[in-house]
Amino acid sequence: MKVGVVLFPGSNCEHDVVEAVSRLGGQAEIVWHGERSLGGIDAVVLPGGFAHGDYLRPGALARFSPVMAAVGDFARQGGPVLGICNGFQVLTEAGLLPGALQKNRGLKFLCATVTVRVDSSRSVLTSGAPLGAALRLPINHFEGNYICSEEVLAELRDGDRVVLRYADNPNGSVDDIAGICSPEGNVVGLMPHPERACDEVLGSVDGEGLLRSFLGAGRLARTSA
Amino acid sequence: MNFPVLVEVQLRSGIADPQGATIERSLPALGFEGVSGVRVGKAIRFTVDAPDEAAARERVSALCQRLLANPVIEDAAITIENGSQR
Repeated sequence: MKVGVVLFPGSNCEHDVVEAVSRLGGQAEIVWHGERSLGGIDAVVLPGGFAHGDYLRPGALARFSPVMAAVGDFARQGGPVLGICNGFQVLTEAGLLPGALQKNRGLKFLCATVTVRVDSSRSVLTSGAPLGAALRLPINHFEGNYICSEEVLAELRDGDRVVLRYADNPNGSVDDIAGICSPEGNVVGLMPHPERACDEVLGSVDGEGLLRSFLGAGRLARTSA
Repeated sequence: MNFPVLVEVQLRSGIADPQGATIERSLPALGFEGVSGVRVGKAIRFTVDAPDEAAARERVSALCQRLLANPVIEDAAITIENGSQR
């Protein structure tokens, strides 16, 4: 079970993801954004940070990194893809998830531990989490205010694709959305950082269950491939 | 022909613009009354090489859609100035 963690110039959470995956028994390797192929990996993580300096808009330039074509193919073949924070922004800009992330309501950079609720278990990230579970996860973002058209919002709700909602909306996201998934559930984006909630020293271990589900999806993908 | 281009990227109407709202609210405190409708955006300038203005506009429009603006939240207004010979 091998997880590829994409490193863009400006990413800064890649080692946190590698550490969390390793502790949970997975094998993680960093994949440079200039690679055209993902190699033999079973799951992909786009980590947090400021890919390409967040120039123009967060994720706007990262989507043109050579590796993103391979990530798109991997996602379309059903491979598990997880975008955390800046990674979520990259997934929306790349069109792999709908909607966009705009500046927080209140125009403040938010750095806090918040409570999110698991509202759908049909994604690779939440398949093992009990519905309605309240998780304490850190957020760390300026552009985390999720927005989409009314039609897209209806599709997300009807398709059970809002996987996580904030208990107390910190950033103005429509419908308290903290994370969503693709129609098939294999591509997930979320603003909170599960990889930073995998050790008591960091204040929470609520991210472990989510990442365990994700690694499980990767193992499944490997067996069925 | 080289056409100087100005692209103004703005949040679409209906999308909250907290930066514009904050600026608008702070103006009366400085004694500037009667200012409303403040919206904050980006101005991007460049030159595009195209046979004529229509072709230039078409190219700029396409690149706005693909990169300069995010159509989910932003609109792009394109101004193309008179072209000059290469």
